[in-house]
Amino acid sequence: MILPIFYILFPGLLGLLLLTIRRWETVVTFSGTIICLILAYLVWWLPDAEYFFVGPWFVNLEDTWTILGRRFELGLNDRPAILVLYLGTAFWFGAANLARAGRNFVPVGMCMLALLAAVITVEPFLYAALFIAMAVLLSILILSRPGQPVGQGVLRYLTFQTLGTPFILLTGWILTGVEFGGADTEVYLRALLLMGMGFAFLLAVFPFHSWVPMLAEDCHPYAAAFIFLLLPVAITLFGLGFFDQFAWLRNADNSYLWMRNVGVIMTLTAGIWAAVQRHLGRILGYAALLEIGLSLIAIGLAQGELSRDFLGVLFAALLPRGMGLGVWALGLTLVWFRAGGLSFREVQGLGRETPLAAAALTLANFSMVGLPLLAGFPVRMVLLEGLSQISLLASILTLAGCAGLLIGGLRSLAVLVMGTEETGWKMTESPVQKTFLGLGIIALFILGLFPQWFLPIFANLPLMFKNLVP
Amino acid sequence: MDNNFFEFLKTISVILVSMTGLILLLSKDWRLGIGALAFQYFGVFILVSISWPVEIAVVKLVAGWMSAAVLGMALVSEPNGWSEDQPYLSSSTFFRLLAAGLVLPVSITIAPTLEEWLPGIQIQQVYGGMALILLGLLNLGFKSKPIRVIIGLLTILAGFEVYYATIEFSALVTGLLAVINLGLALVGTYLLFCPIMEETD
Repeated sequence: MILPIFYILFPGLLGLLLLTIRRWETVVTFSGTIICLILAYLVWWLPDAEYFFVGPWFVNLEDTWTILGRRFELGLNDRPAILVLYLGTAFWFGAANLARAGRNFVPVGMCMLALLAAVITVEPFLYAALFIAMAVLLSILILSRPGQPVGQGVLRYLTFQTLGTPFILLTGWILTGVEFGGADTEVYLRALLLMGMGFAFLLAVFPFHSWVPMLAEDCHPYAAAFIFLLLPVAITLFGLGFFDQFAWLRNADNSYLWMRNVGVIMTLTAGIWAAVQRHLGRILGYAALLEIGLSLIAIGLAQGELSRDFLGVLFAALLPRGMGLGVWALGLTLVWFRAGGLSFREVQGLGRETPLAAAALTLANFSMVGLPLLAGFPVRMVLLEGLSQISLLASILTLAGCAGLLIGGLRSLAVLVMGTEETGWKMTESPVQKTFLGLGIIALFILGLFPQWFLPIFANLPLMFKNLVP
Repeated sequence: MDNNFFEFLKTISVILVSMTGLILLLSKDWRLGIGALAFQYFGVFILVSISWPVEIAVVKLVAGWMSAAVLGMALVSEPNGWSEDQPYLSSSTFFRLLAAGLVLPVSITIAPTLEEWLPGIQIQQVYGGMALILLGLLNLGFKSKPIRVIIGLLTILAGFEVYYATIEFSALVTGLLAVINLGLALVGTYLLFCPIMEETD
């Protein structure tokens, strides 16, 4: 049993198979969810050995798959990342039918998952840039829906993500030369410049961020939020690979400082923009940008002895982020179906007809702000505490960014409940919708109140990066 | 192959990719555009074969022609995906032509730096790759129709591949870049038909 084949080739082929039978949407959604859950369970259950027995059968376990001279390695340290990837996606797939995310959503999502597993396992890791580019190409199938005009956001997303790939590939080549042969300061600067440009394109760092709110405005909220969750995680893991692989990058003080500063600026600007939006989808987009900014801050803090702690924070933030984006997107989708759009003018007073959806999206918004009792709070608190010990100004600016998103959330709430005196309150969500939204809201509170139940799952994720975490 | 002839071919390929890039920027007829794209990949093939064996460099040609064929077949059914309302001799055409004229001085300025950055690169590859990247960027900047954006991206990637061929010789990377090229063409086709497809969701 070659593990990488099981987690790259198998889900990819299954995704293609599901694509051929996509007309049976319920069957496809159910199958996709179950397959992801089984694969997640298997990666958790598999023993730390070269072989094992299943009843009378002997199973040889290989963690390397070699193809065309390159390797895909799914070692013990990579398994938690694969587990989180598959488990998280299973939950997203589970609600896809309810969100009417489209017939392509689950099959294409499976293929994307296979490519992102390749991103985590490919050696030399630099080739991951090509798998990210392929995942981006596939994602167009779920972002642009049949019968709908192609939004400018989709085109800009495709453009920026494609333009990032050459920069990363060239950086990889320069860095490999630097690592083996040594180089002068100019070559280091060249590598940093190219890497900065590449990741600015891929992670939607200012001024290449405009596609995020545009995508959230143009596309199905559930599909857009899925991309906002999955892609930055894969790109962040890929970026951490650079720090892990190249000692000079890790040992340079300025690289962490730059990372922190870019993160703070991103958080602040995303918050300010979120505060002044008049479209619920765009606020979600800016929240996703704010999350990327916070991830960069966490990486910027993960220096030296603190590396394990703050990388732990980075990975621990995945759960509240995934839950927050999921609940927010589901709530938005239901409001979108009812109103036919998500601008403030279109959704005004709609909270009186769909109170649970309105509550879900508002609470998810507040969770991503980091309000106490909600899922985002514990991780935000640790992050801001760590940042304030290094720079009080940076922590205040980050807090200001979060406050901006809070204002955006309060404005959304005000618009949703706005109505005439005669308009009464009624709950028009279907029982299934009520169940999913209710469970989502409860999960947001449970994650906020009892983080100790869930955070240990992410404790071993930083060990993927052997050199970063001594 | 005779060395003098190959030198001549290399120079011709720089002119070829520059001309095809220009046609892609200015063309209002999809047949001309797709033809230019196919010829562009022939130029890319020559430029890549400076660094790679011909039998591997031919992958770029095949992948490029397949991409052009995919886009061409889509445009046969939906020619409106390419056309613009303005006539050939409009002010926008002159503006694009002027902008394209800037490619030459920019290339001349950047060429020495690139030669220093990428050891082993030849001057024809520098100019050919730069023409493709800059004209592709102009295409992206001036056009908003999905198919034109895809063609802009394909052109930029072709330019990058000329440079990357001088430093990377992996078969896997060659294959993956070919997949990305084809993927872009398929996505372009999907985006072309997407608005007129029957709404199923």
